[in-house]
Amino acid sequence: MASVANPSFPDYSTQAPTQHMFSPYADNGGSVVAIAGDDFVIIGADTRLSAGFSIYTREQNKLFRLSDNTVLGCAGCWCDTLTLTRILKARMQMYEQEHNKTMSTTAAAQMLSTMLYYKRFFPYYISNILVGLDNEGKGCVYSYDPIGHCERASYRAGGSAGALLQPLLDNQIGLKNMQNVTNKTVTLDRALAVVKDVFISAAERDIYTGDKIMIIIITKNGIKEDSFDLRKD
Amino acid sequence: MFSTYDTFSAPSFWQNGPSPGVIYNFPGSQTGNSHLFQHSQAPVTTATSIVAITFNKGVLIAGDMLGSYGSLARFRNCPRIMKVNDNVILGAGGDYADFQYVKDFIDQKVIDEQCLDDGFIMKPKSLYCWLTRIMYNRRSKFDPFWNNFVVGGLQDGEPFLGTIDKLGTSYEDKTICTGYGAYMATPLLRDAMDKNPNPTEQEARDLVNRCMEVLYYRDARSFPKYQLAVITADGVSIEGPLEVKQNWNLAHMIH
Repeated sequence: MASVANPSFPDYSTQAPTQHMFSPYADNGGSVVAIAGDDFVIIGADTRLSAGFSIYTREQNKLFRLSDNTVLGCAGCWCDTLTLTRILKARMQMYEQEHNKTMSTTAAAQMLSTMLYYKRFFPYYISNILVGLDNEGKGCVYSYDPIGHCERASYRAGGSAGALLQPLLDNQIGLKNMQNVTNKTVTLDRALAVVKDVFISAAERDIYTGDKIMIIIITKNGIKEDSFDLRKD
Repeated sequence: MFSTYDTFSAPSFWQNGPSPGVIYNFPGSQTGNSHLFQHSQAPVTTATSIVAITFNKGVLIAGDMLGSYGSLARFRNCPRIMKVNDNVILGAGGDYADFQYVKDFIDQKVIDEQCLDDGFIMKPKSLYCWLTRIMYNRRSKFDPFWNNFVVGGLQDGEPFLGTIDKLGTSYEDKTICTGYGAYMATPLLRDAMDKNPNPTEQEARDLVNRCMEVLYYRDARSFPKYQLAVITADGVSIEGPLEVKQNWNLAHMIH
């Protein structure tokens, strides 16, 4: 067996076998975009699941309905996503059975943060975006980092094309760096059009985003699901 | 995660430092094994790709019978597609020893469920979900089963096909290939499925046989002897060993 080479400290080299390191994480790509309005919230995620240059499947839904007015979108390490969402659903059910009411979006948002931080030293490697209607019926978007930092926003892009899309949303939804615009709130039609447009753009430049998007729209009348084809190359 | 190594002698004063009653020569004082727990192994005897496809009435899974020892074609009669029960078949790639271990406890679970004698029988989604949890648990202990599993079967009369890798990453699709098959067979199968989304059993068989042939030509860890498992409402049949029909007429033109 080769000794472990340590170029800085040759005296400290050992006869121990070199370790073949195993990485418990994978980057399975995927992007999530969410936009909140006064009385609605819309979230979209692409359906491509990939690793490296392989596309595992073109039809993987990454939006998880936690309740009738809360939806979670996940991108990143798919095995962590599967595990996290499974525990989340169990916790939602336990809450419902204990308190005889469905968990509110704000409570679910806080719970997710706690659950992520609980795994602070072996994190779930997921970019989470949780959306729903808050206690006043307003649309809300919560975004997270992998270790549980939580922030409420009115629009957010996450996942492999997150850095590509967030500035676009800043401009188109946040109306940043625009002159002579009056700050008016976004309509559902506008939000839907922007979500489709930004995903088309992402699919052009990000190889981990494509195939199709699943879109969920939450209003006081309930959840509506939609899908939209992207390029499949 | 503490090591059980050398629990009887006294621990050293500090890491890399002197131990009582032992000659201490600095530098280069480290002797023996490190106190680290050896977490994960590398795979040893390995099997290559699995090719799987759903058709209108069931699922097909194929895999060759070679157990490779690195680049050595060591074992040439390694079946790696198993019948779980009348509802489920399972194919495996990667480390063969890990597969045999997993196979043993799947078989035990099937026996346990049979002993309940409640008329229920494990469905493919149950096994798929259970295996996902097992693989994720082991990866979380940094001691993964070094396998790719492909689960096929009939879930309430509908064909089911899903796969799980060593991290616990799992997904369902109409065509699934692991290993080099993901690069060479998946494009063939996806192309065929786009043109004919609901193939018959015979069309699916022809496709899979073609994939095994292509893989044999280009995957250096493949073998011309393979098994083909078919699951339909009529039951499970694992056919083989089958032979890849080879045609090397073109070989002299390829450099």
